[in-house]
Amino acid sequence: MTAKRYTVDDSIKESQSQKRENRQFYVTFILMLVLTALSFVAVASEKIPSGFTIPFILLIAFILLVLQVVIFMHLNDKNTEFPTLFFFSGFFIAIITIATLMLLIWW
Amino acid sequence: MQSDQTGVLPPHPEKATLEGRNKILGLWFFIASDVVLFASLMGTHLALRGSTQGAPGPQELFHLEYVALMTFILLTSSMTSLLGIKAMQRYQFKQMQTWFWLTVLLGLSFLGLEIYEFYQFVIYHGLGFETNAFASSFYTLLGFHGAHVTFGILWVVTLLIRSRSQGITTYTAPKFYLFSLYWHFVDVVWVFVFTLVYLMGKVG
Amino acid sequence: MSTHAVKRTSVSLQQKPSFGSVLWDWLTTVDHKKIGIMYLAAGGFFFILGGLEALLMRLQLMYPENTLVSGTTFNELMTMHGTTMIFFAAMPILFGLINCIMPLQIGARDVAYPFMNALSFWLFLFGGILMNISWFLGSAPDAGWTSYVPLASQAPSGMDFYVLGLQVSGAGTLMSGINFMVTILTMRAPGMSLMRMPMFTWTTFIASALIVFAFPALTAGLFLLMFDRIFGAQFFDVAGGGNVIIWQHLFWIFGHPEVYILVLPAFGIISEVVSTFSKKRLFGYSSMVIATILIGFIGFMVWAHHMFAVGMGPIANALFSVATMAIAVPTGIKIFNWLLTMWGGRIRFTTAMLYCVGFIPSFVMGGVTGVMVAAAPADYQYHDTYFVVAHFHYTIVGGVVLGIMAALYYWWPKIFGKKLNETLGKWNFWLFLIGFHLTFFVQHLLGLMGMPRRVYTYLEGLGFETGNFISTIGAILMAVAALIFVINIIYTHTRVKEIAEADPWDGRTLEWATETPVPFYNFAQTPLVRGLDPLFIEKTQGDGKMKPAEPLGEIHMPSPSILPILLAFGIFIVGLGFCLHSFFDNKWISYFIVFIGTVFSLLMMMFHSIKEDHGYHIHPNDYTNKGVGM
Repeated sequence: MTAKRYTVDDSIKESQSQKRENRQFYVTFILMLVLTALSFVAVASEKIPSGFTIPFILLIAFILLVLQVVIFMHLNDKNTEFPTLFFFSGFFIAIITIATLMLLIWW
Repeated sequence: MQSDQTGVLPPHPEKATLEGRNKILGLWFFIASDVVLFASLMGTHLALRGSTQGAPGPQELFHLEYVALMTFILLTSSMTSLLGIKAMQRYQFKQMQTWFWLTVLLGLSFLGLEIYEFYQFVIYHGLGFETNAFASSFYTLLGFHGAHVTFGILWVVTLLIRSRSQGITTYTAPKFYLFSLYWHFVDVVWVFVFTLVYLMGKVG
Repeated sequence: MSTHAVKRTSVSLQQKPSFGSVLWDWLTTVDHKKIGIMYLAAGGFFFILGGLEALLMRLQLMYPENTLVSGTTFNELMTMHGTTMIFFAAMPILFGLINCIMPLQIGARDVAYPFMNALSFWLFLFGGILMNISWFLGSAPDAGWTSYVPLASQAPSGMDFYVLGLQVSGAGTLMSGINFMVTILTMRAPGMSLMRMPMFTWTTFIASALIVFAFPALTAGLFLLMFDRIFGAQFFDVAGGGNVIIWQHLFWIFGHPEVYILVLPAFGIISEVVSTFSKKRLFGYSSMVIATILIGFIGFMVWAHHMFAVGMGPIANALFSVATMAIAVPTGIKIFNWLLTMWGGRIRFTTAMLYCVGFIPSFVMGGVTGVMVAAAPADYQYHDTYFVVAHFHYTIVGGVVLGIMAALYYWWPKIFGKKLNETLGKWNFWLFLIGFHLTFFVQHLLGLMGMPRRVYTYLEGLGFETGNFISTIGAILMAVAALIFVINIIYTHTRVKEIAEADPWDGRTLEWATETPVPFYNFAQTPLVRGLDPLFIEKTQGDGKMKPAEPLGEIHMPSPSILPILLAFGIFIVGLGFCLHSFFDNKWISYFIVFIGTVFSLLMMMFHSIKEDHGYHIHPNDYTNKGVGM
């Protein structure tokens, strides 16, 4: 399974693209820190109504998930269709499971 | 190994062999499956979080500064494991080891904080596993996450020790890559734990 | 490490290997074909066990107020019958078939993770053993296979064996699911695109995907039940603020997809067999694929139809009702495709084909009653009556078991190297089919007359006597049919001397391109696939032989290992320790057993991680044949 050979040229190109990639990682990390902090601040400050807070922190959680999965776990690479499909299918089933357990057990 | 044939190592040693690619794909399917496991436990907790039976509930129990600290520690450990993988792809073995040991350290401090938090709940609030349905579901969900963290730490320590003499090869690289995927996923789960359990518990 | 292979072949050539070495070979094997055979054997054993339990229940219900078994024993029989048949008979036999055939069908040399494959098998076996030793330790599980709380959370110690037994085997099942999916996605022979995969491989893929998403819900539910029973958690204890409906949801979020996990591979089998014995390409292949995916997808949105009578409210009931009925559409597509495959074909009524032809009307009946119980208002009438028992036996026996029997007759020559006797096979088929309809058809009527399910007896004069008597006669006929099948196996393997031909049925797919018995490396050279039904294409457009996709060269094989069985045993000890918690006055004794098992398992895992294992290579000189196959 090792048909492709790597040459020195390839490795130079690689290292250039890696620098770009590394910058992307640090930016993502800082973005995640900020978003997490925002989430905590929204809950901690007494002034914001809970009608806003709950959708806000859920949105942040979803953004954090996408950042973590796509950037840190490399779902933006090539040939990751099946991992992407299955991860988000799992996420979809997770949502209906949680919704069911919250809505369909007390009456 | 490819290095013998060309003199230049492949830029993605974790994906250089079919075995490595298979392992990564398989771990993804396991993660997809674990998503549903955690969803079941989270759903159970959210269903039962009002069942405090007069004992202290989320509003009194949770301290946000504390959870925020745990969150930032785990988030940072996710970053360090990523940097470990980047070092691996550059074949800088020493750097990779450092990043992963740092990940272990952060993981351990996260676990320590979690245990300390539980200890406080039990001692100061008298909230045991058997107290009420809220407590059972809370400890179960957090316990499963903690068990995932513990397993991850054991896993990477085993890897770090076993690969000391080997360095980075197309045989060891997939193993580290798998760990880092798993570790990121544990952090993803934590994102939802702190949002759905702690923050939403606080909001009410 | 090619010496290993040389040693192996020379042993088989020179002398008969000793019993010990054969046993060691099987215990350490990572060969998918051998693991498949072990799955079939163990699954067959549990099938007989579950069948005997069913027979005892039927004999108890033969006459009103019968006293053959007590109410408690009946509850145990009913629980163990359901659990054994689903988890330890039907699934393992399907896994056995998948293991034996699927890698051959896609032209692979093994599954993606041979080590984990062995581990899956041993986990399933130890899980089955763990649940069944409860018979000898006081009481077997007796809260039904659905194990509804709070009955199950307060039932006697037998339920612990249910919980831990399913937990252990469930871990193995999840691994198998992942393993099959990765195998299908990455190990296909060159030229075999997704839309050229045989239907059995396709249905295996979708069923495995369902395993991946459905089993965690069961795992979570079982953990909650275990924590309630062993550690005094309050999940299902209403006094502590718990809620019993959580269990029902978690169980059925798993439980309904589980039905499709069983039946989809059976659909795949039927597609293969019907197409082979009609000598026609499968009608509407792409619509079959889409129907399979749709069944898998909608199968996840329907679980609450098991809970119409719980009182979820009209909106939820209506939604789940409509979703359930929607499943009839893709299933109907499949039925019509099978019929149209046979239409105008040159049909040979072998035993395998008879089972398929018997499958179609039987399964349609199960589907029709399925739509009936899917109508929420009507379900209030059917719920918990024998109508439901009849319905799901029509889908599981009329669907899955008939499919499995077709598969066994069809693939037996490839798996075991001998062709089963066709005359005995036809007796087997007719007795089974008649016995099956006799047993379960009257149960519809009993249910409509109001006989509740899971009762160990009934009073005289309620009008249940005739129906129950007929049903028991049918069960005895099925038992006779099963006995004939066992006789057939014994006859075939003792009296029939000649090895089966490599391609006895004029097959269409790649598994028939291998020689019989299949060499442990499957294909000396990976075949090149030129289209759907690759072997048939070569038969009609080529010289009947698969073309190789690679030059003759060394083959890399995984090395055998004793670790899977040891690791599974360690996990078994963990489960056993938890099960014994009510047996000792001091709970710490059982926790000590758990601790020992955990440490042992972790050590085995670390040992596996630390040990360098790159497998070994076989040199072309050691092949028993050259070329792709025959």
